[in-house]
Amino acid sequence: MRLFATVLAIASGLIVLLGYFYPVEPLLNLRLQLTNWAMIIAAMAVLIGIYNLVAVQMEKIRTRQKGAAYGGLLVLSLIITFGLGLAFGPEDATVRTAVTAVIVPVESSLMAILAVTLIYASIRLFRRRVDVMSVVFLVVAIISLIVVVPTPFGPIPGTLAIQHFIGLFSTGGARGLLIGIALGSLLTGLRVIFGVDRPYGGN
Amino acid sequence: MIAPGLLILAAFLLLAFIFLRRRSPAALRRIDAYERLNRAVGLAVENGTRLHVSLGRGNLFTTRGASALAGLAMLRKLSERTSVSDNPPVVTSGDASLAILSQDTLQSGYRAAGAEEQYRFTTGRLAGLTPFSYAAGTIPTERDENVSTHIFLGDFGAESALLVEAAERQNSDMIAASDNLAAQSVFYTSAQDPLVGEELFAAGAYVGAGISHEASLNVQDILRWLIIVSILVGSLLKFAGVI
Repeated sequence: MRLFATVLAIASGLIVLLGYFYPVEPLLNLRLQLTNWAMIIAAMAVLIGIYNLVAVQMEKIRTRQKGAAYGGLLVLSLIITFGLGLAFGPEDATVRTAVTAVIVPVESSLMAILAVTLIYASIRLFRRRVDVMSVVFLVVAIISLIVVVPTPFGPIPGTLAIQHFIGLFSTGGARGLLIGIALGSLLTGLRVIFGVDRPYGGN
Repeated sequence: MIAPGLLILAAFLLLAFIFLRRRSPAALRRIDAYERLNRAVGLAVENGTRLHVSLGRGNLFTTRGASALAGLAMLRKLSERTSVSDNPPVVTSGDASLAILSQDTLQSGYRAAGAEEQYRFTTGRLAGLTPFSYAAGTIPTERDENVSTHIFLGDFGAESALLVEAAERQNSDMIAASDNLAAQSVFYTSAQDPLVGEELFAAGAYVGAGISHEASLNVQDILRWLIIVSILVGSLLKFAGVI
């Protein structure tokens, strides 16, 4: 079974990769078919994931762990919204209210907390690590904030030049990081295609 | 033409280095974060605490999936090493497919250690499907489950600030790496020894996941030099007006 899973995974990976580089008709069709199957499996994975989420919360409730009440609330909310979605469809006004009246405000609140958390983390950087790079990091962050801050008198003179100057370094640095990440991704993909790394079917 | 060429070259080099590494193991440079990770794994087993591995929200059908796969390779080894612990490692993900793969990886780690009966599928969890629901679902795990070390390895966004803040409140150890630039800057300010850029993909090699991971690092180094030389030559040619 494991051998079959490995052969299937390697063959699928190679077909999709070849279809990407050499877009000839049979390869393209195969690639499209495989991608469609992958989408269906991904959709099923969401259902399994939700089952896992419920199972984890139910275990919390059963063993009376800390935060079990929140787990109960989560499961109850899930059942209600899932039931309403099944009964009336996802476009129904009642179901959409769950999104606009609950999920959007909650996520907006978390976004607001996130802004404060990020500022706090930057301030604490010096407590954790005092080195040249930390100083550069904070100075650039502060200058960047000053450059973009709106003033009643319009843009501060010279800020555009500073922004451009900092941008030269930050864009170069970002590209360097992204090239490194792309190389890492390439090698990780190759290990999976060669069947050396098998995150499926028990490596 | 360049892309297939680069791919074929990388594939050839990877196979060559895997063959080479069978004879002589690689000497890896010291990365403080991974040194601490290896120590933290031993400590967690000894003092009966738990490891929390957060694999992020890297969807396997996008280019972000590679960081998730790197996290899974590391998880496989960690689960094998900590399977004897009273408190097994707990894994949170923000993508359903990734959550299933994390369960499978955990189980294979236990199986390899001969302790498959100790595996619980609830230790591989889907925490949430949106960035903030993922953060909200992961924070209780960080707070309530006797975790001594948090490992954030995968695709995160700015919401990672909430995760590292929660970890810090518990005075837990933290190892963090991401392929996302926003998360990298968050981790840079929050982690003791931040991992930057492609160091994320070195995780497998540093936890002893196998020679293929060491070979990957060698190939990455060679390709990186090739790209640096190409950029420099390209710049000089452009400067000289040849291209």
